[in-house]
Amino acid sequence: MTASGTRITVDGNEAAARIAHRLSEVIAIYPITPSSTMGELADAWSAAGRTNLWDAVPEVIEMQSEAGAAGALHGALQAGSLCTTFTASQGLLLMIPNMYKIAGELTPAVIHVAARTIATHALSIFGDHSDVMAVRPTGWAMLASSDVQEAQDLAAIAHAATLECRVPFLHFFDGFRTSHEVNVIVALGDDALRALVDDHLVRAHRDRALSPDRPVLRGSAQNPDVFFQAREASTPFHAIVPQVVQWTMDRFAELTGRAYHLFDYSGAPDAERVVVVMGSGNGAVRETVDALVERGEKVGVVAVRLFRPFSAGAFVASLPSSVRAIAVLDRTKEPGAPGEPLYQDVVTALAERVAEGALTVMPRVIGGRYGLSSKEFDPAMAKAVFDELAKDTPKNHFTVGIVDDVSRTSLDVDRSFTTEPDDVVRAVFYGLGADGTVSANKSSVKIIAENTDLHAQGYFVYDSKKSGSTTISHLRFGPKPIRSTYLIGSGRASFVACHQFHFLERLDVLDVAAPGATFLLNSPFGAETVWERLPVEVQRLILEKGLRLFVVDAQKVAGEAGLGARVNTILQTCFFALAAVLPREDAIGAIKRSIEKSYGKRGRAVVEQNFAAVDATLEQLHEVVVPEKVSGGVHTVPPVPDEAPDFVKRVTAAMIAGKGDLLPVSAFPVDGTFPTGTATWERRSIAHEIPIWDPEICIDCAKCALVCPHAAIRMKVFEPIEADHAPASFKHKDWRDRDNPGMWMTIQVAPDDCTGCGVCVDVCPAKSKEVVKHRAIDMEPKADHLDDERAAWDFFLGVPPADRREVKVASIKGSQMLEPLFEFSGACAGCGETPYLKLLSQMYGDRIMVANATGCSSIYGGNLPTTPWSKDAEGRGPAWSNSLFEDNAEFGLGMRLSLDHQLAYARTSLERLAATVGEEHARAILDASQDDEAQIAEQRGRVAELKRILETSPGDEERNLLAVADALVRKSVWIVGGDGWAYDIGFGGLDHVLASGRDVNVLVLDTQVYSNTGGQASKATPRGAVAKFAAAGKRTGRKDLGLFAAAYGNVYVGQIAMGADNAQTVKALAEAESWPGPSLLIAYSTCIAHGIDMSTSMTHQTEAVKTGFWPLWRYDPRLAVDGQRPMQLDSKAPSLRLAEFQSKEARFAMLERARPEAYAELQALAQADAEERWRLYEQLAGVERHAPGQPENGHREAPGQEEGTES
Amino acid sequence: MSADLRTTYLGLELANPLVPSASTLSSRIDTLKRLEDAGAAAVVMQSLFEEQIEHDEVQTHRVLEVGVESFAEAASFFPELEEYNTGPDEYLRHLEACKRELGIPVIGSLNGVSDGGWVRYAKLIQEAGADALELNVYFIAADPQETGFLVEKRYLDLVSSVRENVSIPLAVKVGPYFSSMANMAQRFAEAGADGLVLFNRFVQPDIDLERLEVESSLHLSTSDELLLGLRWIAILHGRVRTSLAATTGVHTAEDALKLLLAGADVTMMASALFRHGPEHLRVVLDGITTWLDAHGYASVEQMKGSMSQRSVEDPIAFARSNYMQMLVNYTSPYDWREIPGSVQA
Repeated sequence: MTASGTRITVDGNEAAARIAHRLSEVIAIYPITPSSTMGELADAWSAAGRTNLWDAVPEVIEMQSEAGAAGALHGALQAGSLCTTFTASQGLLLMIPNMYKIAGELTPAVIHVAARTIATHALSIFGDHSDVMAVRPTGWAMLASSDVQEAQDLAAIAHAATLECRVPFLHFFDGFRTSHEVNVIVALGDDALRALVDDHLVRAHRDRALSPDRPVLRGSAQNPDVFFQAREASTPFHAIVPQVVQWTMDRFAELTGRAYHLFDYSGAPDAERVVVVMGSGNGAVRETVDALVERGEKVGVVAVRLFRPFSAGAFVASLPSSVRAIAVLDRTKEPGAPGEPLYQDVVTALAERVAEGALTVMPRVIGGRYGLSSKEFDPAMAKAVFDELAKDTPKNHFTVGIVDDVSRTSLDVDRSFTTEPDDVVRAVFYGLGADGTVSANKSSVKIIAENTDLHAQGYFVYDSKKSGSTTISHLRFGPKPIRSTYLIGSGRASFVACHQFHFLERLDVLDVAAPGATFLLNSPFGAETVWERLPVEVQRLILEKGLRLFVVDAQKVAGEAGLGARVNTILQTCFFALAAVLPREDAIGAIKRSIEKSYGKRGRAVVEQNFAAVDATLEQLHEVVVPEKVSGGVHTVPPVPDEAPDFVKRVTAAMIAGKGDLLPVSAFPVDGTFPTGTATWERRSIAHEIPIWDPEICIDCAKCALVCPHAAIRMKVFEPIEADHAPASFKHKDWRDRDNPGMWMTIQVAPDDCTGCGVCVDVCPAKSKEVVKHRAIDMEPKADHLDDERAAWDFFLGVPPADRREVKVASIKGSQMLEPLFEFSGACAGCGETPYLKLLSQMYGDRIMVANATGCSSIYGGNLPTTPWSKDAEGRGPAWSNSLFEDNAEFGLGMRLSLDHQLAYARTSLERLAATVGEEHARAILDASQDDEAQIAEQRGRVAELKRILETSPGDEERNLLAVADALVRKSVWIVGGDGWAYDIGFGGLDHVLASGRDVNVLVLDTQVYSNTGGQASKATPRGAVAKFAAAGKRTGRKDLGLFAAAYGNVYVGQIAMGADNAQTVKALAEAESWPGPSLLIAYSTCIAHGIDMSTSMTHQTEAVKTGFWPLWRYDPRLAVDGQRPMQLDSKAPSLRLAEFQSKEARFAMLERARPEAYAELQALAQADAEERWRLYEQLAGVERHAPGQPENGHREAPGQEEGTES
Repeated sequence: MSADLRTTYLGLELANPLVPSASTLSSRIDTLKRLEDAGAAAVVMQSLFEEQIEHDEVQTHRVLEVGVESFAEAASFFPELEEYNTGPDEYLRHLEACKRELGIPVIGSLNGVSDGGWVRYAKLIQEAGADALELNVYFIAADPQETGFLVEKRYLDLVSSVRENVSIPLAVKVGPYFSSMANMAQRFAEAGADGLVLFNRFVQPDIDLERLEVESSLHLSTSDELLLGLRWIAILHGRVRTSLAATTGVHTAEDALKLLLAGADVTMMASALFRHGPEHLRVVLDGITTWLDAHGYASVEQMKGSMSQRSVEDPIAFARSNYMQMLVNYTSPYDWREIPGSVQA
């Protein structure tokens, strides 16, 4: 072994990125889960001046899409640099055209892929090989890593081999399982890399580059006479790749002692049954083989490392001659194929050898699918495959890991089979996203790796919510390297920690506990009183499994230390105290060093607070004397209430309870179609405090309901009701409205759906005359109000909603009387995006189709188990779909075209059938205006009557009209997405759709950053803001998307910010919806990636507008038609310096502190941007007049100002 | 020949008795250079606020931790920077730069909240090269359970603990709200203070009548405000063995002269410099010289304390409210419109 023997604790992404950054010169990046981390690290390292192997800082550039990254990669390669990129899933698919070119031109390059599922019936961010399998034909060599160590080692081998053979390499490893697993690996040092990568090959690459000093033509167009031959000319280069890779692997082995082969066999030398597998599944199969061989079984496994070019010779040579049956496992599904790709390769390789006579007997080969979208694949499943191989007629084209009760493909799995060795400690931690559990566990893995000789592994599972999410951390540590590439299973954990007491009611946290395990519970109740507070079901498991129970009041310790909700270091201290992996003193010292390392640069106070918490912890840790029997009246809560619909109870409930793995194939729709309105059944009850309404103070402004990101605050205006029908906790007041005297109104919280974000309180303008801090709505502890508010909420739901026909929909109060058809999303508490969608759903939800770009809004909108999109009492509501990230505008346009065509067809058909339908009725439908709610309701009535008539008619024409009759009622299409979509990856399509002139409405939820993937810069990111991929502060200004669109002249454009001007937002939504051409609304959306107190998510926007950072304006083509100026400025000239706004956001303030000079420069430019933008807008809108002598501030609004413009 | 303006403060030989007091005037080196050019004899840096530092650190940390490790697609929402500069480094580097760029003594200023913080930051300020340190001590004794004795003890304990840990001269800047100011002054001296700076002006809460919110405000001072300091400097001069600095309300040469007569070693200015620019200091200095020359004083030393309580004919004038005499003397017709600061319609 050489000097490159340092142990480091990293995840697979970092392992690969470390190599890629050191061996590259140009790195083109674009964020996509789960590969984003590699790009982020490369960007951060280059920003910090970290150099590559040749002492130069790699050039890192973020592109507008993966297609752009591949194009930039191609160009940079042509100009003679060493280049790489990182991607996954759809991103890799966008690179395919360039991949063909790069390979066709025999250009050495490496793409590192954290392999991820391709979206089909649904999107999935998790891991399988469907993406990499889609690039098989491109001519790239494909090298697969199966664990974190390999992610580093094979990354280096790929970079070295590509230079040697000129064929570009795709290096991939499993998304999440490898990309996000934290493990201890031996780091590759620069010496080893230098020995591996030959500089003369780098020079050869440069010699082949384009240069005007020795010009050549590359990328010609060829004709039938020569293309074929020229295409074959590269064949020898591909043919030699396997030899080059093996030769590189051999050199690598000499340098490091770690030997790899194109196909690595392990198992019995005389194995009869062999499994072939690629990627992280290898870990589970190898463990199984080891265990079975020990029992004397003749089994083995072939791990595929070089998948393309597939070396049939090397593959067959890797098999023991004794093999009689082979199972090939593919982590992908290729519908309609004779088998999945790896299976086909294996069969072909063997068949060719048999035909050639090189093999005398053709082994039996079966293929199967496993692990799609990170579905667990563990030794019990691997064992099931070996068992199947032992049968006389094993099932071919099987599945393993699911129950397929439809096509009967699945293998039975003996869940009791385990290969987990006794010398490995297995610990599982249940935490809340906000409590730091995952961070603490990552730190614990490092502490163990760095302070002991033990090996350690950490893997982390998150749920699909962005607020109040549950995290489950799986930690293993033991004396040997840990290659268990699967979760800690039922009954296997010797240590279980539950970091949130309330989880016990909803999650089966003790399922993983092994008999006699230690159970650490963060409990507000002490050792003497906690037992009675535990659900009886939990008590029973503790008794049955003989668990030792420890409690600590981590919230109390954290509170006293000033740590708020972050209980991580406290529970970490308890873990080390109980797990005894290190002597206590050493563990505490190591924890403190880890705190110092993690938080030191953020400040001494942070470190001291955490130290204080660590020091105070052990006094609070107590063992509970477990009674001999269960007692008390607390029970676990069913995942959904009894009155939920059948599908929700059968399917959704299992997912909510974390038991989705147990659902069989038959439980699911065949085409990915799910019911809406399901979030209401998932009562997550995550808030500690909820808003309580005081009707005495309320001024009926409806702002609280308007801004609630979760639709958990509702307003209803209704006819007086009999008081004794209502529960005592249901409150109401007189509704102040001259036109509708005598009505009552109420504001009601949904106590189990509120996230406690506090935005409603922050915007409430009504303060008590006696005690100013008391507003008409105030946060109060949920526990004090839960029962009352639940009763009031249930009653509230039964109060009839307002009649759409009678409400002024396009007003704040009117819209808030209407039922939200977007409710209880799992978006971040205080989300700035969701209030717009909720408002849209209130105003027009019963007739909209939503095309939703991939991103935050598609995740809180459409990530199972539940969806916030819902239906009204008539069963109408938004119809929602997500196509992709890049094509959303086109997707929405397609919806519009379809609706328009159906309308045209229906009208023609109706004209023809007028006699059947009744001339008058047909005419009424055809001539109807549908400009307001009343007219639309009338048309619905006419169409319903039409359908009734058509249903009784037997003719084809009648039936055909019936199928499209609903198109006769006006529908609006909304194209929704974030700035990453609209400004970057989808801009070309968006531009085209706006140019089409068709009646679509585009709503850009502009957070000025790629929020969903963790805050990478987009072209909407403002100058001077720190974001990922712009760690040094973004140097260029925000693209003015609105002006781009306004330039068309026929596009309605609105730049809005609900928190700054409620009324302008409502007005813009209404105008956009009513404009019969394309409309674009750019909605300022606060985000946790801005670094603000999210309870001020709305009020904070006021300053964004006052400083000219986000001017409010509308461009209405209707005005131009009337000869007026179409551009209207809705906000006033900037009256505050931009710095006033920026200093309150961490994204700017971080740069001000970290790099004051850079900030000063960018801040000055940003101020100039704002002033110049305003100057330009003023010119576009016409010159704004000021009345001399008027005070600049505090002037009164003009009479007739619409309600609620103030904020 | 003009009068000799030299004075001694905290053991530092100063060219004259005019020193810009702790304020944001010191946040830019070019402003400080203008002050030096205008004749400032020394400068007190704006205070390093421990509370601010802790607040920044904790807030930075909180913001960076929001949403961290709670969702599979995003382990974090901000790039990890090399350095956040939340600590006192920026202040200390600025202090060092001021020392390099200026020829006059530079006095550091510190406002702490914790026992450890006072000592830690005092040491750092000394290490950064400050010629002296001013402790800007500001507690609002709002706890009804805390006695005056305990409040005083907190002040004295922190002065003595800082004194034990730094060797540069130490001034203590306090407000006037002690039951026995004179006794406190003496005990500050016993605890190790080399100088007293009288008096601090505090940020005061105000109420926004439209928004019904409390806001903190600090308005620029006026000359009227110097009288409180004048009284106590006159009383303390010659009675405590510390240097005395007068601050608050020094706007004109006349203001400064009165304070020097009462016994101040230096007079400190900020509001007037904000209002009229750094060069105003030269105007005040020239005014002092002119007055001294016109009145035949040879030096500042000569006049310092010449009208302290111990040196005036009627020492009781400084020690009583003078209510009786005011009434008797107030014989001019009462016209509220001419009284500065009175409420106008």
